Amino acid sequence: MTDIGLGHYLTLGAVIFSIGVIGIFLNRKNIIVILMSIELILLAVNINLVSFSIYLNDLSGQVFTLFILTVAAAEAAIGLAIIVVYYRNAGTIRVEEIDNLKG
Amino acid sequence: MISHAIFFYIFSIIAIISAIMVTVSKNTVHSVFFLILDFISISCLFIMIGAEFLGMIMLIVYVGAVAVLFLFVVMMLNVAQQKNQWFVSKENSSHIPVGLIISAIIFFELIIVIGGWKYRPELFNANSSQITNEVSNTHSLGQILYTDYIHIFQISGMILLIAMIGAIVLTFRQREGVKTQSYLKQISRERSEGVEVLEVPSNRGVKIDD
Repeated sequence: MTDIGLGHYLTLGAVIFSIGVIGIFLNRKNIIVILMSIELILLAVNINLVSFSIYLNDLSGQVFTLFILTVAAAEAAIGLAIIVVYYRNAGTIRVEEIDNLKG
Repeated sequence: MISHAIFFYIFSIIAIISAIMVTVSKNTVHSVFFLILDFISISCLFIMIGAEFLGMIMLIVYVGAVAVLFLFVVMMLNVAQQKNQWFVSKENSSHIPVGLIISAIIFFELIIVIGGWKYRPELFNANSSQITNEVSNTHSLGQILYTDYIHIFQISGMILLIAMIGAIVLTFRQREGVKTQSYLKQISRERSEGVEVLEVPSNRGVKIDD
């Protein structure tokens, strides 16, 4: 209980990953919360990489966490730009009213 | 060791609760604030286990840039009127239990993998970039980031540039009827368009603009 190992950090990553996936499915509001859930999923991946890097004594995991951080920032910027453009054209960002593709 | 455990449990419980609150809170602004809390507690965990540079970068990038970007967009778009409508649609909510089942399956698969997983002992010393205690975390990260991973580093810079250009191009719009300076028109103006030299006969004058 008091001995924190790699498994504890991986479990924390698994819990946050699952909460992010639940957030994508459960969401009935606007699409911004879906983007935030994607950020949560990327955060869980970062937790896994950093804890592996520390406990396996290998620095390359932290380097790849840095690259994931870069890609996450780029993805958030592009996603929010798409949302702003969609809101300007359609006037709504509610998930159930976005049905232009009839999916 | 006991303090490590105490801080781990405190930060991870805060992180899990705020992750849950991101998905279930009715107001989107509250969701952004809980996302910020989540990032802060996870970066505290990173600093605690020895990845100080990543924890600080996470604070700067996520809390300072990404979360503020989310806040800007939430406040720019008019989402306030829909904040009290959680689980409103009863007619097509059949995907919610499916989503819960899929998330539970993912969670238990990950737990099974974590529980029954062992790495080979020679994996410890097989890596090329080991963590040493002689230099700090930032120093050693910089030493391999600019040598071994320089190409990936350049590519990530290109990704950021492309994301910036893409976001600008997507949200750029030309407005009608806005008076602005036209620099090209200003600097390409010739002397012949503005000044005209006339011979003025005496006692008669000239007549211009007719």
